[in-house]
Amino acid sequence: MAKITHKDVEHVAKLARLGLSDKEIEKFQSELSKVLDYVEQLNKVDTKNIQPTAQVTGLTNVFREDEVKKSDITLDELLKNAPAKEGRYLKVKAVLKENK
Amino acid sequence: MKPHELIITEAAAALEKREVSSAELTQSYLDRVEELNPTLNAYLTVTKEVALEAAKASDDRKERKGPLDGIPLAVKDNFMVAGSRTTAGSKILDDFIAVEDATSIARLKEAGAVILGKTILDEFAMGSSTEHSAYGPAKNPWDTSRVPGGSSGGSAVAVSSDLAAGALGSDTGGSIRQPAGFTSVVGLKPTYGAVSRYGVIALASSLDCPGPFGKTVADTRLIFEAIAGQDPRDATSIDLLTADSRQLTAGLKGKKIGVPKEYFGQGLDKSVGETVKEAIKKLAELGAEIIEVTLPHSQYALAVYYIIQPAEASSNLARYDGIKYGHSIEKKGHTGDLMEVYLKSRGEGFGDETKRRIMLGTYTLSAGYYEAYYKKALQVRTLVVQDFTNAFEKVDYLVSPTSPTVPFKFGEKEDDPLSMYLADVYTVAINVAGIPAVSIPCGFVEDLPVGMQIIGRHKDDYGVLGVAELYEQATEWHKKGPVL
Repeated sequence: MAKITHKDVEHVAKLARLGLSDKEIEKFQSELSKVLDYVEQLNKVDTKNIQPTAQVTGLTNVFREDEVKKSDITLDELLKNAPAKEGRYLKVKAVLKENK
Repeated sequence: MKPHELIITEAAAALEKREVSSAELTQSYLDRVEELNPTLNAYLTVTKEVALEAAKASDDRKERKGPLDGIPLAVKDNFMVAGSRTTAGSKILDDFIAVEDATSIARLKEAGAVILGKTILDEFAMGSSTEHSAYGPAKNPWDTSRVPGGSSGGSAVAVSSDLAAGALGSDTGGSIRQPAGFTSVVGLKPTYGAVSRYGVIALASSLDCPGPFGKTVADTRLIFEAIAGQDPRDATSIDLLTADSRQLTAGLKGKKIGVPKEYFGQGLDKSVGETVKEAIKKLAELGAEIIEVTLPHSQYALAVYYIIQPAEASSNLARYDGIKYGHSIEKKGHTGDLMEVYLKSRGEGFGDETKRRIMLGTYTLSAGYYEAYYKKALQVRTLVVQDFTNAFEKVDYLVSPTSPTVPFKFGEKEDDPLSMYLADVYTVAINVAGIPAVSIPCGFVEDLPVGMQIIGRHKDDYGVLGVAELYEQATEWHKKGPVL
């Protein structure tokens, strides 16, 4: 049985940058435990010397020329969906803190 | 016969002979959408003006571009259509206007098709009922107290209710096939990469397959041919096998069809199982040799899926950060710091199921759990793929039920994530292996539709459609529509 604590859920929510309410944290604690219990049946499968499969395209290393191609989309069009902007730029809250 | 009752092949012939115009055809669908969409909620957005404009352009063309020219289609709302609102069923993209066309959309437009609007889906295509849509669920036209399946439920309802001649959906774990089965239409999940993912809002990138819905196999094939093929903007896209597998000229004689015993075991509704077994008898009558096969890792495919899918989803959905586009507390003139912008914008914008899967995926990818969950799942994925490779050494195709039950009632599984996930038990392994499969109407249980899934070898999409078409021609199921 996967034991997920309240603290685990808080930690994962922070990693995922998800602001959750206390009620949600409680709910996910029990729901995630149930789903993890289910997927843990994979431990019954012997995977010694089995290579992992990450993709099923049958392709390896698709290359193309590294050339600049002009897009029909204008900067204005792209910025239309931005929640906050200044001039030609997306506006973002300060990433670095000032040293005082 | 009213214009919206025509299948695509019939409508194309009528357009060719100028017996009907695309404008009339389009208007006929728009009128029906206006009448029925309030009840069925198949469409999230109807783009009436754009559709009528495209119809007029088609009518004005001296020479038709091909069979889809002037044909009105519906598109799942996770495909970008330039200038159209594209929400992926999520509040976090509530006011998002796409700035360019997905490759599939560009190809449909190139073929002259008319796009009527965008259809309802579970948020970011995560779900099997459309109950996880932020814009209300679509209703099953065969019984409006039941789900239409998901996540491409809106597209399936649009096709089965004559609200569009055909439609696009996307299938990550069954999201085209399951709703196709639940609404008695044809739905194809192509080989992974056969249809470009460019411009389709990403869910789980190693599993996502855009694909078509139609009322008949021929209609489904027409849409598929228009959208399939390698695309420079999706490095994982490929070209399919063509001519040799396209036509099954000798019928099913000499073809071996495998019945995986694991797909007829515990959890399968008895009446659904009997209905599909009847359909398999029909395939035998048509000349196929029916052979029981085993896919020994079947029971693990769903667990593999529910590790890989949320892991990839949690990574893909990191882009909704409240900064580049979508819902953001920045819009309310927020004064907090950057971390708060992330936490609150995402916390407010995402729905319940999306949060659940982001949490699950982040957990299994996090330090200390990666090896135990994610890597283990990728290893078992290898075994699931090998099961199919081994089976296809003995047989040409596999058949199974599309879903273990008939369409379930609203609310029946909504509060129990695990039981909802089990709705996809026969479809997820196909995505895990990247092979093609179609769901085709094969009967009814108490007036509710049952779908049969036909699975083929990697790149043999046209072969799968060929088997489906031979079955369709020998049966009448596809001619029956819901009473509305």
